[in-house]
Amino acid sequence: MTVNRVEGGIFTAMVIGIGDPYDPALPAMLEERVSGSPGFFSDAPVVLDLRDCIGCTAAEDFAALKDTLRQHRLVAVGVQNATALQQRAAAAADLARFPATGGAGRRSATPAAEAPNPSRLVTQPVRSGTQIYAKNGDLVVVAPVSAGAELIADGHVHVYGTLRGRAIAGAKGDVSARIFVQQFEAELVAIAGRYLVSEAIAPEHLKRPVQVALIEDRLRITPGWNFSPVNA
Amino acid sequence: MATVIVVTSGKGGVGKTTTSAAMATGLALRGHKTVVIDFDVGLRNLDLVMGCERRVVFDFINVINGDAKLNQALIRDKRIEKLYVFPTSQTRDKDALRREGVDRVMGELRNEFDYIICDSPAGIEHGALSALYHADQAIIVTNPEVSSVRDSDRIIGILAAKSRRAERKEDPVGVHLLLTRYSPARVQRGEMLSIEDVKEILSVPLLGIIPESESVLRASNTGMPVILDPASPAGRAYEDAVARFLGEQRELRFARPERRGFIRTLFGRA
Repeated sequence: MTVNRVEGGIFTAMVIGIGDPYDPALPAMLEERVSGSPGFFSDAPVVLDLRDCIGCTAAEDFAALKDTLRQHRLVAVGVQNATALQQRAAAAADLARFPATGGAGRRSATPAAEAPNPSRLVTQPVRSGTQIYAKNGDLVVVAPVSAGAELIADGHVHVYGTLRGRAIAGAKGDVSARIFVQQFEAELVAIAGRYLVSEAIAPEHLKRPVQVALIEDRLRITPGWNFSPVNA
Repeated sequence: MATVIVVTSGKGGVGKTTTSAAMATGLALRGHKTVVIDFDVGLRNLDLVMGCERRVVFDFINVINGDAKLNQALIRDKRIEKLYVFPTSQTRDKDALRREGVDRVMGELRNEFDYIICDSPAGIEHGALSALYHADQAIIVTNPEVSSVRDSDRIIGILAAKSRRAERKEDPVGVHLLLTRYSPARVQRGEMLSIEDVKEILSVPLLGIIPESESVLRASNTGMPVILDPASPAGRAYEDAVARFLGEQRELRFARPERRGFIRTLFGRA
């Protein structure tokens, strides 16, 4: 006796990004694509990506698209990145809903204001050759940072451990950004573009807790956590 | 199910092949069916160090390309029953290590062996990346000097990012530090980094230290892994390392300068 079964499968499908479903150039575009390898595309499944499409809000629009595709032996099986209205119309035309891929869904008409990211926390050793960038926020590292590693933040950089690599704070130009290090052995420190290399750092600051700040356009290194600046 | 161990370093010439040969031999002596694979395509050395260079017919690249079967390429060690060597090609280069081919071969090996040791080439490019990709455990071979430590740090970072385990967000590769060519006298004179210095910079558990020893050169020239030389301090240290790898406790030997007898001091022998 033959039995039916239900199981999962993973398949690949061609994706066609739809701008205007009634674009007269669409059949020509499909023809060009398919004629290159006709065997490969014969009865191939197609997912319609609607992220740039304002139309396609009625089932007839999808029926028309399916027809156009069928003329090139392509079978529309579903849609992705659709609005709710488009989704309903697609379902009425027997098209499935596929998850969003390739660029996080629809582009919204007005881009949201860039939200500041919360502080980024790193708890594993930062190895040589690694670069970490905390965009729009602070970077906090509670682990050793190796020579040849780079910590970059638009805000402050904190290292509650040994810093042997580079620390770059105020990467977008914030002159009030600071660098806080528990054990200072840095190759280079920089705030808002002004930098100091290891050779230019006074030896009494090495292997100590320090704070680096930009004061009157010069980088100053302060021992410990106190606030009265001394010469770097 | 096999454990795949990569022996890597970043830096060249620190003792990866010596270590791969010694560790593989040590594990096989303990009764585990072990294969050691040479990933240094084009600059193969493992077959020399293992003493089987005159028995190489087919190699890793032949098997990847389907020109030969795995059992035609594997060379059984004449001294130790459970030890096998998988040599690589000398005429090709690292581009021959295609991902699907290596994956397939590793899959076949996993079914047959307890331990698979991947002797990595130096560097951080395709050869080294292929060698570390399948690793469950990693032995980071480091000399106690600044360039080697810096390169080891780099390769540890790469392991954490580019291994298969990292890609699949599985448990991370277990990382072990092996400090080779260690000379306690030179550490004392301040010429060499100490064990504590290296541990502090790398923050990785220490598997063992292998003392600098003339016996290592003799071993590679005669094609006998140094762990098989009963008179070699390096051999004894590798035995300790194998034991620790298998979970045993061993005290750290060869970390202190030897007490030199009067006669030896007189004649100034190292």
